[in-house]
Amino acid sequence: MTKEMIRRDFLKTGGALVIGFSLRDKLAAQERGTKAGPPDARQVDTWLAIHADNTATVYIGFAELGQGASTALLQIAAEELDLDMSQIKTVRLDTNVTPNQGGTYSSASINRGGPQVRTAAAEARLALLKLASASLNTPQTQLTVSKGVVSGSGRSVTYGELVGDKPFNVTFTGTAPVKPTTEYKIVGTKFPRNDTPAKVSAQYTYMQYVRVPGMLHGRVVRPRGQRMYGAGAKIVSVDEASIRAIAGARAVRKGDFLGVVAENEWDAIRAAQQLKVVWETPSALPGNAGLHEHMRAFKTEDSIVLERGNVATGLSGAAHMVSQTCLGPYHAHAPFGPNCAVADVKADSALVMCSTQDVYGTRNSLSRLLGMPAEKIRVQYYEGSGTYGHSCYDDVAQAVTLLSQLAGKPVRLQFMRWDEHGWDNYGPAHLGEVRAAADANGKIVAYEYQGWQHGWSNTETSAQLIGTPTSEWPGGAVQGVNRLTCGGMYDIPNLKLVNHKLPVTAYLKGGWLRSPLDLSFAFASEQAIDQLAYLSGIDPYEFRQRNMADMRWLGVLNAAAQAAKWSPRKAAANLSRASVVTGRGIGLGTHLTSYGGAVAEIEVNRDTGRVVAKHLYGAIDAGQVVNPGFVESQIMGQLVQTASRMFKEEVKFDQTGVTSLDWSSYPILRFDECPEVTAVVVQRLDQRSTGAGEEVMAAAAAAIANAFFDATGVRMKEFPLTPGRVLAALGGPKAA
Amino acid sequence: MQIRVNERSWTVNAAPDTPLLYVLMNELQLQGPRFGCGLAQCGSCSVLVNGVETRSCVTAVSKVEGKSVTTLEGLPAWYAAQKKLAKAPALHPVQQAMIDEQAVQCGYCFNGMIIKSSELLSKTPRPTEAQIRTAMNGHLCRCGTYPRIMKAIQRASVAMAGGAA
Repeated sequence: MTKEMIRRDFLKTGGALVIGFSLRDKLAAQERGTKAGPPDARQVDTWLAIHADNTATVYIGFAELGQGASTALLQIAAEELDLDMSQIKTVRLDTNVTPNQGGTYSSASINRGGPQVRTAAAEARLALLKLASASLNTPQTQLTVSKGVVSGSGRSVTYGELVGDKPFNVTFTGTAPVKPTTEYKIVGTKFPRNDTPAKVSAQYTYMQYVRVPGMLHGRVVRPRGQRMYGAGAKIVSVDEASIRAIAGARAVRKGDFLGVVAENEWDAIRAAQQLKVVWETPSALPGNAGLHEHMRAFKTEDSIVLERGNVATGLSGAAHMVSQTCLGPYHAHAPFGPNCAVADVKADSALVMCSTQDVYGTRNSLSRLLGMPAEKIRVQYYEGSGTYGHSCYDDVAQAVTLLSQLAGKPVRLQFMRWDEHGWDNYGPAHLGEVRAAADANGKIVAYEYQGWQHGWSNTETSAQLIGTPTSEWPGGAVQGVNRLTCGGMYDIPNLKLVNHKLPVTAYLKGGWLRSPLDLSFAFASEQAIDQLAYLSGIDPYEFRQRNMADMRWLGVLNAAAQAAKWSPRKAAANLSRASVVTGRGIGLGTHLTSYGGAVAEIEVNRDTGRVVAKHLYGAIDAGQVVNPGFVESQIMGQLVQTASRMFKEEVKFDQTGVTSLDWSSYPILRFDECPEVTAVVVQRLDQRSTGAGEEVMAAAAAAIANAFFDATGVRMKEFPLTPGRVLAALGGPKAA
Repeated sequence: MQIRVNERSWTVNAAPDTPLLYVLMNELQLQGPRFGCGLAQCGSCSVLVNGVETRSCVTAVSKVEGKSVTTLEGLPAWYAAQKKLAKAPALHPVQQAMIDEQAVQCGYCFNGMIIKSSELLSKTPRPTEAQIRTAMNGHLCRCGTYPRIMKAIQRASVAMAGGAA
């Protein structure tokens, strides 16, 4: 290749000096993509390329998950570089191209990725100004930049003219100054999403549309609905003759991993459905009816998350005390389009295209699966549908890799709806016991939260089926009682948070789902706080104001209350015996960063048990908000999704396995019950940017639960607030 | 077999019982209709068949022989034909309204959302909020974009009536 290029370059340019330079540039340009990453994060070239037409490409290590992060990160880069948004673009994630910024989860894109992109852009700008200074013969301090045009001493030069398509070859200096926030023109502004036009006009290539030459279509064959994590799915027998009538389709198998491949997609679907397989049917699960009792009785690994003062002393003799147990269900990611992936596995290399939140993490897991060095595997990201956490994207990537290896050809694997719903890494169920007390002045004096839940699974289903032992995802704060959502916003002298960790192998597969466990925590914790306000005879908003630990918590509380035009009164003060009653509630909560406050206005039909959110208000303080429009959009999505999860969503399973397999057996909120939403962004340009994609759901869940109490005078102990549960809590259908 | 999609005739090789969706995605290589459930529960695969919103994941390709299928790709031309416009706009007013309202998040459901709301506006040019909720109720969104979709439909309705959007 090198020889050929040298010859062509020579013919084209004809001068020795030029050849040398041009050859190096061309090699550099072509090299991007040919070598296994991650590229060196200390090199400006890893992050940025300036093109001859005075535009820039920014190489970002975060996946666009439909939340606008790719546009927001470009805003940060454009701001530092003094480029227009029309002059800047990014590329898809690729382990041979993009830097490793870690996975796109825990609201990390702007929180963690923002500073990295800002630093890289500032380093590039510094390098460009050095070149401009020489070119214009003007000191750097006297240069100004607008839209990539550097001016000084009455003359100007563009970035494109300075480095156009050539590498910077600059290592980070660590001294590049970043722009003061007071000079921001692009950050903090509502730019439209750059992916929207393509997405509404069928121009966007979702993962589900990716095709490669010579590929087969694959489907996995599994029991409908996962069994206990750790039990896998054991094949008793497979009757390969059962699909003989479907020409071109064949079964492939490795251990208990079973699939079909065919040239034609419909043949693959039919073959997967018609293949006769006898599975073992274990009865090892508690079933969702007996789930929480089972969890409470199970032997757990206990730890104290946080303790100060003496809770027992604080509780004894307090004017008002609350003690309650609350239950939360398993929730499914259930991405709207089931996950899909394409793989081409060869003897010594593999190319895998999938919708992972972490291309480098997936590359490592595929390396273990294939026993092939990671550098031989290339993983490329294509956006699928909104995943909101660890849906089946890793599992589908592993499954298609196995199918391709077994079939000896490139394979595209589209999970069916029941594969995605039934074999998800569910957001774990939860049991929370709260005890809290207030003194006669409406001051919280003691608070204790004991939480039971299991963590996340580390072994994908596909790996498990070929015999890889199941293991748990390494433990971490995020899988246990959350010190922010569980009382962290209040100034409480005596506090204790206890975590009761259950083994993941005794239950369903667990994984991170948008705002992991926080809806359950807030449902329990904020109802207890609300009940203290009620017992104290104080308006719940005012009660929270009195106990606030932090001005930023107070900021979101006030923002949500003001948006809802909250007027002070005690909760459940207007109880009525009408069929349809209304209530309002307020709540606080977050995930790991940022601050969320919410107000809910709901309607409860006491005859049918149907609860509908009429209006939800959500406020987020996420520090410096790069694009307030995106955060408003995220608040809207979180409020609607919270209504869905609080009223509708619950993974059902019996003693053998999961029975929630589609939108009929796992209903979600529809248009007819969609609330009006009001999103409030509390902008703090002087504060570090923190997450905004999952930080108001806990508050909204709490506000909904508290609104139910306001409407009915009854505290719900378990969600979702389905008609059956509501009627039972209200004492059956109202007597006619 | 011959089928008519976006005002063009296509010869397809698929078996007659193949759901239309797989023909559109694999043989015609269209990127509008997409797989969501295969059960007609979610609406991600929707197309218009003779102007009626239809779930292509459960409709055998043989059922659309002799009919006119419109996908997201063909929506601007379909709209132009309906409105007797000389030239198809770049986008159907509903598509433009989805951009103007910044309604899209992941966007995967928007094929069905746009197809269904185009059908609604072709029959009911000035729908009330209640009519929009009823018409759209069979289309699901996981990202929670319903509020902005409803606003976008109303915006498109105004634009289509010749008013300022």
